[in-house]
Amino acid sequence: MALDISGISASESKSGSLEWVAIAIGAIILIGAPFAVYPVFLMELLCMALFACSFNLLIGGGGLLSFGHAAFFGGGAYIAAETAKMYGFPFELAMLAGIATATFLGLIAGLIAIRRSGLIFAMVTLALAQAIYFLALRLPFTHSEDGIQAVPRGWLLGVVDLKNNMAMYYVCAGIFFLGYLLVRRVWKSPFGQVLRAIKDNQPRMISLGFPVDRYKLINFVLSAALAGVAGSLKAIALGLATLTDVDFSTSAAVVLMVLLGGLGTLMGPVVGAIITVSMDEYLAGIGVPVPVVIGIIFVFIILVFRRGIVGEFLYYLNRFQSRGRA
Amino acid sequence: MSAMALFGQLLLGLINGSFYAMLSLGLAIVFGLLGIVNAAQGAFYMLGAFFAWMLGQYLGIGYWPSLLLAPIGVALFGMLLERTIIKRVYNLDHLYGLLLTLGLFQIIQGLFVYWYGTSGQPYDNPPGLTGGHNLGFMFMPNYRAWVVVASLILCFGTWFAIEKTRLGAYLRAATENPTLVRSFGINVPLLVTLAFGGGVALAGVAGVLAAPIYQVNPLMGGNILITVFAVVVIGGFGSILGSIVTGLVLGVLEGFSKVFYPEASNMVIFAIMIVVLMAKPQGLFGRER
Repeated sequence: MALDISGISASESKSGSLEWVAIAIGAIILIGAPFAVYPVFLMELLCMALFACSFNLLIGGGGLLSFGHAAFFGGGAYIAAETAKMYGFPFELAMLAGIATATFLGLIAGLIAIRRSGLIFAMVTLALAQAIYFLALRLPFTHSEDGIQAVPRGWLLGVVDLKNNMAMYYVCAGIFFLGYLLVRRVWKSPFGQVLRAIKDNQPRMISLGFPVDRYKLINFVLSAALAGVAGSLKAIALGLATLTDVDFSTSAAVVLMVLLGGLGTLMGPVVGAIITVSMDEYLAGIGVPVPVVIGIIFVFIILVFRRGIVGEFLYYLNRFQSRGRA
Repeated sequence: MSAMALFGQLLLGLINGSFYAMLSLGLAIVFGLLGIVNAAQGAFYMLGAFFAWMLGQYLGIGYWPSLLLAPIGVALFGMLLERTIIKRVYNLDHLYGLLLTLGLFQIIQGLFVYWYGTSGQPYDNPPGLTGGHNLGFMFMPNYRAWVVVASLILCFGTWFAIEKTRLGAYLRAATENPTLVRSFGINVPLLVTLAFGGGVALAGVAGVLAAPIYQVNPLMGGNILITVFAVVVIGGFGSILGSIVTGLVLGVLEGFSKVFYPEASNMVIFAIMIVVLMAKPQGLFGRER
């Protein structure tokens, strides 16, 4: 059995209108949330959710599981933080610098990693990310263990002061929402269909004349760029870029978010990120070892719950609907 | 640059290389049989070191008995996990196997970090192997010489067992076609469990051997695992001998770079991996599967 990413086509065919309802509800929650929950926590959550969406773009599109996505998240975070703090870049430019870095790293890593698929692809991305980690440990501007702290948020377009938490939150929310729609758009485009076809039967797509490697590379770079958006935004919103951002634990965390929410579902990574980030916050507060709990959830999901939360929901919804039709 | 320092680093590189070889050998055996990359291999390495340390700390058992007992403990624990949990994903996409063992890795490492912290416990050189000899061109600590000899014997012993014995022939046959081997009346699931035990025991031995050189640290498995993954990608999964040679050579190369350009020593193996992937994507000894 291949990786179960059938949720995409299922949500496409049968619950299209329902999806728009879900998106609309999501947008309302996005607008109302900072009045109920501490905005800084929400910003972190949104950045991780966007990061999870970027990972989902890669695995949902081509079935490629990256074990080193933190490299692009953290790479973006470091450069955005450095340019905003040391070079006085305004918010937009710092973001762009971070995203450009992540895109560049993604292009290099992609050119190397897409030469293999499956397990070896995962191991190669892990090793490449480790190389980036060592780089971040060694380069002077990253201040190794301390990281880059107290990054100024600056002004949005020179008019809105982002030191205001509410303003910063709505910027995060807007970028997250656009990112989500982008992933959705890519998936439902002919480009996304070709990617899924490559995943299902690569030799056939080659014989049909599709430049398979180029498709995979473009998707990889796109995913890395989006991870860079998430990382840069996080660095500026929370004012912090540290080694944790490029660490393997971050790469593993994003895998968990997507698995928990549901591989190959659009909403899954968002749900997974909400649960994982909230859980981290809660567990750290009561002194339970977080990695152990994360490991247990990993094992549990893979043994009994492979569709993830949103995936299970869509599965039963589809069964219910098709029964109603028959 | 003194010759002493050069040869000292080369020796350490050779030792690291033999650890890489033992861990990637275990990975290659399990991968060959099950198609699963066992991400928990690093945890078994750490467990080997910790079991030896615990045997000494709580039961007063010394290095030599521990060198046997700790890997047996690791193997039993590994086989228990294989029988109860890991076997459930054999029929799924192998990425699930990687994710599952990654979860197991996080649980095991997380628990030891929780219990023992990240500072590391010292483990003394065994009596009889303290001190060292001056070979003229370098100072050779006895224990390190022993580690090199022991791991080389173990690696090539494993190679011999797999390539030259009857049990090894069953194992290779089961790798090629498990259904057919089963129809000959050979208990393939048992064979798989034993091979899994053997694979993780290799990591356990490496852990015990490493304990007196490095401290016994809960995080020691994670650091080596990623390097071993890169080693496996470079060598390819095709051949047992290939994993051994790749591990040793890369360890020595890493040692070399520590002498000439210490800042980059962590990166050398990854850089080699990139070059190999560009030139020969299936790895130096790999077969396309």
